[in-house]
Amino acid sequence: MKSADTVTKKRRRITRYTLLKWAGYACAGLAIAALAGILLFVLIRGLPHLSFHFLFGKYSSANPSVSTALVGTLMLVFLALIIGGPIGIMAAVFLTEYAKKGKFVNIIRLAVETLAAIPSIVYGLFGMLVFGVLFGWGHSFMGAGLTLSIMILPVIIRSTEESLLAVPQSYREGAMALGAGRVRTIFRVVLPNAAGGIVSGLILAVGRIISESAALILTLGLVVRNMPTGFMSPGTSLALNVYFFGLVSPEAAAATSVVLVILVVGLNLLAMGLGRLLSKNKGSKKKRPARTIPMLKSGVEK
Amino acid sequence: MIRPFYRFIRAREKLMKVLFLLSSVFAVLALLVIFLFLMMRGIPSIANIGFFRFVFGTRWSVSDPNNQSFGILPMIVGSIYVTALATLIGVTIGLFTAVFLYKFCPKKIAKGVRQLINLLAGIPSVVYGLFGVMVIVPFLRNNVSSNGMGHGVLAASIILAIMILPTIVSITLDALHAAPEHYYEGALALGASKERAVFGVMLPSAKSGVFAAVVLAVGRAIGETMAVIMVIGGSPEMPNGSLFQSIRTLTANIALGAMEATGSILDAMIATGVILFVFTLFINVGFNLIKNKKKKPNKKKKPDKEEEATDEVG
Repeated sequence: MKSADTVTKKRRRITRYTLLKWAGYACAGLAIAALAGILLFVLIRGLPHLSFHFLFGKYSSANPSVSTALVGTLMLVFLALIIGGPIGIMAAVFLTEYAKKGKFVNIIRLAVETLAAIPSIVYGLFGMLVFGVLFGWGHSFMGAGLTLSIMILPVIIRSTEESLLAVPQSYREGAMALGAGRVRTIFRVVLPNAAGGIVSGLILAVGRIISESAALILTLGLVVRNMPTGFMSPGTSLALNVYFFGLVSPEAAAATSVVLVILVVGLNLLAMGLGRLLSKNKGSKKKRPARTIPMLKSGVEK
Repeated sequence: MIRPFYRFIRAREKLMKVLFLLSSVFAVLALLVIFLFLMMRGIPSIANIGFFRFVFGTRWSVSDPNNQSFGILPMIVGSIYVTALATLIGVTIGLFTAVFLYKFCPKKIAKGVRQLINLLAGIPSVVYGLFGVMVIVPFLRNNVSSNGMGHGVLAASIILAIMILPTIVSITLDALHAAPEHYYEGALALGASKERAVFGVMLPSAKSGVFAAVVLAVGRAIGETMAVIMVIGGSPEMPNGSLFQSIRTLTANIALGAMEATGSILDAMIATGVILFVFTLFINVGFNLIKNKKKKPNKKKKPDKEEEATDEVG
């Protein structure tokens, strides 16, 4: 390939393709500048405003802190994960371990894909109608958390499915041959071996929960002042606070954005690192498979 | 002794299987319930207003209870207008960026940039919106705008374009990498320049990936809410072509109105949601059709694409 490149270097006329290449340089520069610009802008405007008081202090009009939003975000993550997590993981287990190819699986796949494509504001409308109006909860963490738990299903199902499929078939066969039933195989062999992928999928889902705002504006309300009193109380989240502060105090909005960006980037890096760590260690350092069925390992390596 | 144990195991197997099955059916059920609820509230409201008066009505005014009018044509046109503009900007820049990362820059830089882009794909949309409000809107107002307005069509389109960039770049790049490398080598061997090989051979052979990227980007842009309502202005006016007009998209209409709305206004919001939902369903179905269709003819097409390439270069 290198030699091929040097050949082309010899004659260099300006053709329309060269122009296209220059356009490529320009566009790439623009794209990187825009994306990096956002990060820089947020950091430059937000970091000076960031303080302990701003993060954890009591909310008042003099000190518009994000403490209420921090608590709210944590509550949302907790609710959405505790409901959406198990359902998503179990759905993925069904799709990879039980289901045979056919119409039924196709319908589920189609439903998952469609769920992923629905705009979040539509989820918000749905959550408001069902949990807010029909159940009479009004704006509540419970309603918002339940809405979010449906929203994150596609992310969790997809990533879990991927990591389950990556578990070698021979592990399953080995476990079965040793007399384990399907359920035992799944819980003792398949899931532990896919744990890394599943956890990084969950982390990505947390990222999605943290960044969500459109669905929350309709289901959670925008109560910035008061600490949430329970799962049925209305409240706010970090992302909602950015919107709210964007209207009144840009500096506070930028500072909240810094917190959000750091959280999201951190979570992404964590998921990436986890994935890399586990794929690197495959076979050598991993403890769990060795504990469960040591014999199978040698079978795989062969 | 053994019997009851087996019975227990068998029961457990069955129970878990049913649980797994139910969880996967949950996804289908959730979709159905969402669909049904929106339709149940939305369709009667559309029928009340009158389908044509709703979809093709050009006036939206709800503040005066005696003189309400629910026409969402301005929002439909607004959504399409802003999405089209954003896709145009985003796809142009994204495509060239992907090509640049593919062959025209050192591998290490490409890898770094790609990671940056992946990270940016996860940044909350409100942060993009904030960037729009604090940087793009003032810039447009002071330097570009003809009527002293920074908020509006152009600001929203620019923000959306930036938001869809990561999607377009990474999918296009994947498609380029998936295209057979020997096309490129063949083109070079026939005397094409590197630029010509990339733009004339590789990009066309990654066509389906590019198309998928565009459809996904359109879906994301049309459904985006928070970033848009922060910069678009939000007056329910019919777009008149001006880039600095304050308009409203379907999503903005829902978000701006539904927080306090009750009664018939809320019903109209839900009906707006139904229209938006139908839009995204169409996009999604279209995307799936293309994806499934592409799988088959691709095999047949590839050989004659090679011929095409040789023709062109030769």
